[in-house]
This record gives sequence, structure tokens and C-alpha cells, in this order.
Amino acid sequence: LDLDALTGCLASSACLVTQTTSGFIIGMLLFLVAVGLTLIFGVLKVVNFSHGAFYMFGAYFAMTAYQVTGSFALAMLCGATGTAILGLVFERVFMSRVYGGDVLMQLLVCYAFVLIFDDVVKLIWGPEFKSMGMPTAFQVPPLFIAGGVVPPYYLLLIGVALAAAAILGVGLARTKIGKVIRAAAHNPGMVSALGINTGLIYGGVFALGGMLAGLAGALAAPVRSLTPGMGFSVLIESFIVTVIGGMGSILGALIGALLIGLIRSFGSLGFPLFTDGLMYLFMVIVLVARPTGLFGKEVA
Amino acid sequence: MTELQAERAGEPLRVPRIDVQSKRLRYIDALIALAAFAVLATLPFLFSSKALLDFVIRCSAFGLFATSLNLLVGYTGMISFGHGMFFGLGAYGFGLIMQRTGVPIPFAFIGTLLITAIVSVVIGAICVRLKEIYFAFVTLAFQMLIHSAILSWASLTGGDQGLRGGIPRPVFLGIDLSNHIHLYVMSCALLVIGLLLMRQIAQSPFGYTLRMIRDNASRASFIGINVWRAKLTIFVLAALFASTGGIIMSLFVSGAYPEFAYWTISGEGIFINMLGGVTTFLGPIVGTVLLLILNDTVTRLTEYYGIVLGIVILFFAIGLRKGLMDFAVERYEQRRGVTKERAR
Repeated sequence: LDLDALTGCLASSACLVTQTTSGFIIGMLLFLVAVGLTLIFGVLKVVNFSHGAFYMFGAYFAMTAYQVTGSFALAMLCGATGTAILGLVFERVFMSRVYGGDVLMQLLVCYAFVLIFDDVVKLIWGPEFKSMGMPTAFQVPPLFIAGGVVPPYYLLLIGVALAAAAILGVGLARTKIGKVIRAAAHNPGMVSALGINTGLIYGGVFALGGMLAGLAGALAAPVRSLTPGMGFSVLIESFIVTVIGGMGSILGALIGALLIGLIRSFGSLGFPLFTDGLMYLFMVIVLVARPTGLFGKEVA
Repeated sequence: MTELQAERAGEPLRVPRIDVQSKRLRYIDALIALAAFAVLATLPFLFSSKALLDFVIRCSAFGLFATSLNLLVGYTGMISFGHGMFFGLGAYGFGLIMQRTGVPIPFAFIGTLLITAIVSVVIGAICVRLKEIYFAFVTLAFQMLIHSAILSWASLTGGDQGLRGGIPRPVFLGIDLSNHIHLYVMSCALLVIGLLLMRQIAQSPFGYTLRMIRDNASRASFIGINVWRAKLTIFVLAALFASTGGIIMSLFVSGAYPEFAYWTISGEGIFINMLGGVTTFLGPIVGTVLLLILNDTVTRLTEYYGIVLGIVILFFAIGLRKGLMDFAVERYEQRRGVTKERAR
């Protein structure tokens, strides 16, 4: 417990800026993972317990692509499309067999893949910590905003995540595909009766969710260390985000992710050892007050 | 109206009677338990292998844990993904009481169960009103909360090093738990007593109330059952048995480690239930034995334990779609041509 550090930081604008940016970084990465989770839950009504693995694969794909091509943009693209394909295959071959069954089966299939994917990464990339390194384009002196240090890469990361949020929000609300997806979430039987291939939509939504998680992993690769099992802590945190924000709500995921990010970055000052605990505590408080989350509707 | 009902339309509706309080069945359960205990207790005299005894002790710890989880998952339909926290709590609570106070073992045992009861009432009161998937998450989050509390409260729990220095085991009434055979017999006794108690709970009217809540919670609440209270009761009871499993584990390894409170314990518990089957009372025990054998064999053969275990899980989840005991019972009934609805 170190409350002096926390109050000291809140008093200085430099520290405030630094901590807020780092909170936003954590929050934005969490948002990308959580929004995929919430989307898949909203449409397919399954909880993708193996979602963290997509984040992990995204990071590893990006690292390999960066090492081979040396292009950062290509690395991002590889991370995102690779996991999208993985998500599509995973959904069509395995998850589609356990729809409508009990939740236990779905959790088990995902649990199996958490174990398998972690070992696959271990097989391909080895069990040790890896690091992609900051791409040369971003190896520039950091910006100073109100005395706080902000690396330019952080701005890019926040920008990309916000753009993804905007595209997703507008895409779901305004486009025809978005309408079809929302309809499928509401009543898949009717949508299918109208001649729309719901299997394709399910696969597409899963691929989209996987892609967002992969993008998060790819974006995180330069600033985090890569290890098999890196997906799990992210998964737990994005669960917390979706539960706080409300299952199936994109806005909720954004707000929840930012809250968790800020709690983590400021909590690490005031309660260095209990940062994780703080997060769980916050979730419990939200759930006691609002069992469906901040922006959640009544869930069947 | 189905054909079956139409046939019977003339006569008064016959409701299948379940003799929940049949004394005879209870005696049979008790006899089976006694026989099982006798068999287990004679094992050390027949085989001198320490590995076998170790295996049975681990089975007792995980068997109690998994069966208690089945009370939630199989009987009440509450999929807890954080049941392992009570396993960890039992291990840490018992280890700490023994290390800090040095009271006789039975007092530490009861003290640990008391702590577990208090913690599980608080956690359960928050969790049980949540629905399926939320319940699973929030229990998972509590598990992680306890895990991170164990890691961060290093002055009490030893942090990520775990509770070291061994657990003192003063002799009580001639029972010396540092003697391997004594520890073995005590584990078996706890296992058998625990199973018998859980069987009583499952077959009691309360147990049938739980099944009703699982099948249709709103109907249960219409006929005047306080669903929240029933769920909380079974949540706490299950926590107590899981904690007992943790106590056995802490005695076995003479310590407690953060992994005991990590989510993977809960995941394994769910998987054990799946492996053995949730529709029979002894399914989780069968699952425990299978998982531990699988565990020991696979870790000896390959370091890629996850891939093998994952494929086995997939086989059960997608291929068989039910546990081994469920499968066996179903096959047996098919062969016998039994068509009557089995009250489970």
C-alpha cells in the first residue's frame, strides 16, 4: 500500500498524463479483445473461452512477419488476417458442433483449445519469452504533453483501436451486413428462413472477433513480451471488461476497458501488489449494483 | 397429449414416486461406503508400493473436490468456474492454522471449515443470484481475486513461494499423520465419509429440490421454494467439501502453493466431471481416477501435455458428448431395454 505515491501522482500533471496514457494503452488493447468476445457472445451466444489464444497468435504472427519482411504494416496485417482465418476454421470445424448444447460443452471445447494452442505456440516458437522490438519507424524521441512522456507508438495504438471501434460501431448500426448480423443475433431462425446463410454469418462474426483480438495482439507485440500463455491474463481481464460493460454491448466494452485500464495504471501506483485484486473488486462492486453490467440489457 | 398419456387417460395420473427417505437405500449406501473403506484400508497390507498410496491420497483430495463441484454443476446446474478457490482456501487455511497456532489437527480442521463457510457465504451471496454464464465468470473472478490476494499477501502466505517450512502434525489420540500409512487411512476415511455425506445430500428432499431448480428454476420458485437460499446452501456445502479436499492436499504435500487456488484447478474440476459424467453420483470419482492416470502417463511421455489433454477433452466434448459413466449407464440401460425415466 503506497497511497502517498498515488496522491503525489494525482497532484502532478506530468505523472497524470503518463499514467493516463498507459491506462489508455492497457484499456485499448483490452477493448479490442473484449469487443470481439462481446460480439461473439451477442451473435452466437457462446462465450469464447479461448479468445485469449487469438490475441496470443496475433502477437506471434506479427512478430514472425516483422522478422521476415521488416515491414510493420505487413506485420499488423498478418496478425489480423492470420487470426481471422484461424477463427473461421475454429468456428466452422469445432465450435459449430456445440451450439445450443449446454454451456459446459462449449466451455470444455474452448478449454481444450486453450491447452492445445498454448502448446502449439510452445512447439513452434519455443517456451521462452520473445520480444518483437519497437519498429524502426517509431524509434523516435517521445512527445512531451504537459510534462508527461508519451511515446508516439502509444498514440498510433490508441488511434488504431479507436478507429476499429468507430468502424465497428458504424458498420453494425448503418450497413446492411451490420443489420443482418444484428438480426441474426436476435432471431437466427427467421434470418435463415429469409434465405440468408446463418452459418456464414456465424463464421464471419467469429472470424471478425478473432481478427480484432489478433490485431490487439499484433499491436501489443512491440510493447509487451511474448510468451505462450500470454493470452490468458488478457482473457480474464477482457471477461471482466465485458462483464462490467455488459455482455453484448460495444459501448460498454469501450467504457469498461478504459475503466479497467485506468484502474490498472493508477492502481499500480497506490496498491502495487494488489492491482489485480483491485480490478476484481471493482467488478464485484459493479455486479452487485447492476447484475447485467453498466450497459447490459437483460440477458436471457 | 402424447400416445403414452392418451393410453392412461382413463386412470388417475400416476406420478412416479421417488422414495427419497427410504431407509433401506440409505443403509445400502452406508454399507457400500463401509465396504469401500475396508477395501481401501487393506490396500497397504497387500501392496507395499508407496506410489499407489500416494495415488489414492491424491484421488481422495481431488475426488472430494470434483464430487462437490458436481453437486453444483450436475445437481443444481450452477456451472462454477471458481470452485477451486475453496480447494486453495482449505489448503492455505489449514496450513496456516497448523503453522501459526499449533492446535491439535481436528481443531485446525474445524477451524478451516469455519473459515471456508464464512468466505463461501459472502461470495455465494453475491454470486448465486447471477445467471449461468455470469455466475461462471464471477466465480472465476473471485477465484482470481483470492489467488492474487495469496500472491500479494506475502507476509502471511509466503507469496508465490507458497506456504513453506512444512506443516506440523502433532499426534492426536494415537493418530500420527507424519506416518504415511496413517495419513493414507485418514485420507480414505475423509473421502468415504465425505462421499457418503454428499450422497445423503443428493438423495435428500433438498437434493431433489436442487434438481428441480436445475430443470426449471422459475417453477421451483412458483411452488414456494426460496431458490436463492437453496442455491446458497448448496454453494456453501460444496465449498466445505472442496475445502476438505484442499486440507488433504496440504497434508499430502506438507504445504500450500498458489497453484492450488489458481483457476486451472477449477478447470480441471469441470473437466473431471465431464470425463466421468455428471449424471451419476460416482462419475466425478471415476473422472478423477482417469484424469490422474492420464496426467501421470502423459507427463511422463511428453512435455506437450496440453495438446494430448486437449485432444482427449475434445474427444469427450464433441465425440462422446457425455462423460464415461453417463455413457456406460446409458449403454447398460439400452441393453437391458429399460425405457423408464431415470430419476437423476
